[in-house]
Amino acid sequence: MIVVLVETDVTGAVEVSRETITFARGLSASGGGVPIDAVVIGDLPCDPTALAEQLAAYGVRDVHHASGDAFSAYGGAAWAAAVQSVRDTTGAVVVTAAGTPRGGEVLAHVAARTGVAMAANVIAFGGLAPFTVTRQVVGGSAWEEMVLDERPAIFTVAGHAVAAEEAPSAGAGHLVEFQPEVEAADLVARVTSTAEPEPDLSGSLKGARVVVGAGRGAGSADGFGELLDLVGMLDGASLGVSRVVTSLGWRPHHEQVGQTGSRVSPDLYLACGISGAIQHWAGMASSKTIVAINTDEEAPMVAKAHYAVIGDMHEILPAINEEIRKRKS
Amino acid sequence: MNNVLVCIKRVVDSTGEVVITDDGQNVDGRYAGFTVSAHEEAAVELAVQISAATGGTGALFTLGDESAEEQLRGALAMGCTAATQVRADSSAYGPSDVAREIAAVVRDHEANGSSHDLILLGNDAADSGDFQVGIRLAYELGRPVVNGASTVTIKDGHAVAGVKGPEGHEIYRVPLPAVVTVLEGGVEPRYPSVPGRMKAKKVEIEVREPAGAPTGTKRVRLTLPPPQPSQVQILGTGPEAAAAVVDLFEKLGVLR
Repeated sequence: MIVVLVETDVTGAVEVSRETITFARGLSASGGGVPIDAVVIGDLPCDPTALAEQLAAYGVRDVHHASGDAFSAYGGAAWAAAVQSVRDTTGAVVVTAAGTPRGGEVLAHVAARTGVAMAANVIAFGGLAPFTVTRQVVGGSAWEEMVLDERPAIFTVAGHAVAAEEAPSAGAGHLVEFQPEVEAADLVARVTSTAEPEPDLSGSLKGARVVVGAGRGAGSADGFGELLDLVGMLDGASLGVSRVVTSLGWRPHHEQVGQTGSRVSPDLYLACGISGAIQHWAGMASSKTIVAINTDEEAPMVAKAHYAVIGDMHEILPAINEEIRKRKS
Repeated sequence: MNNVLVCIKRVVDSTGEVVITDDGQNVDGRYAGFTVSAHEEAAVELAVQISAATGGTGALFTLGDESAEEQLRGALAMGCTAATQVRADSSAYGPSDVAREIAAVVRDHEANGSSHDLILLGNDAADSGDFQVGIRLAYELGRPVVNGASTVTIKDGHAVAGVKGPEGHEIYRVPLPAVVTVLEGGVEPRYPSVPGRMKAKKVEIEVREPAGAPTGTKRVRLTLPPPQPSQVQILGTGPEAAAAVVDLFEKLGVLR
């Protein structure tokens, strides 16, 4: 049995959770087809029955929905208690989740409660006896092979380690409602209130269809005018910046893309004046099309991009903006 | 008055090229240099702010060999006033080992009348990216834990932590003593002043032996991702390439 903690939004299971189930199917197949169950927790933003149908298409057998007062507000320990309850009742030998902040937090609680090792940001698995996984470390610039020889094997799956794909044959997708017991100590640290996020000029960066990225080449806090003009002319676009830009105080941290900022996967990432340090690459490597604008044709971002323009962004961006205006008129 | 303990780790500065040691067990920092994680820099800043605001103390913990003193002195220069080092090869210590060592220090300090009512850690270390030490420490000590906070203040005996969650800015309010792991972005770590650096040199660091033998990291080996051959298509040079770029935008259907 493999248990997958699934995160949800109004559409059902979020993409990284569907990726994780797809990843788990590979693991299941290598183990002779062990069943995959899902756990969802709390008041869901989507219809549970529709969610179960959606997960069935990904090969999930049972969808365990934990509800009750203990889950009216998010708390990592309470969520872990729910996951552990499913693990205990099903006897699962693997517990996994997407490598999101929430997935990592809940599974770290499960690992601490069960006293076993956990691997974060796994991208591949090897043998099952012993059970070996490969995971991203050093912000994705190195891979670590490690052994998970205790049970349950606990790991999170890095975003885009695999593409989310429906199963060749659907699972049952039974919805199993349950109310796990939660200790009082598990309810001490939980969300007490949720405020609207601070004004975010970058728009919804993580879900943006296009990200116009800027690095040191922007030159100063005043060097973003043409970038913002371009953001306004592209469909579903947001501004994203490298760490050096926020460190220099040119733009706010919530616009940062990279290992310690947002991870994005837009249709188009336009990297303007960004050298392409591995920490930034870790946050945007899964972009479908990458275009680099850089004065240095040897820059890592140029080498890794699909398309590149060599030159000064301060000369090229106004020309691009002017060309767009000309074609629109 | 709040006494804050901040846990930091000496890690290879991985902003440049990453090199693996010949035995495949570590990242080679001989050329890149060493630093602490960005999240831990933010945690040190929060500790200095909280201890100053409440008349308490900001203390440091690290587990590492003698070279890790460099990172302790750097954090002391930011305004922390005490430091404890468990002298050990950090590469042999897994997340549960490190949590146990921190807990042992906290318990010993408490037994000697010096409590740490708030423990701050980075959300994850820049090298290992384990996401676990803070949570495992909380279970070791039986304390509540908040993960991924970018702001932390103290009010009425509680830590009030702000976390950027999936549905907005989440607020947690947990009674002290507590553990909080910190994400960068909520505070700007200060640059150490010259007097701060001078003061830091004089602080006597408490050096301890490990409380127990490490159980390990479960690591088999480190490798570098295989290099991807460049398949870049150069659209042009300078402003003359603008038309080709906009052609591409049209092809991708991203013009508004």
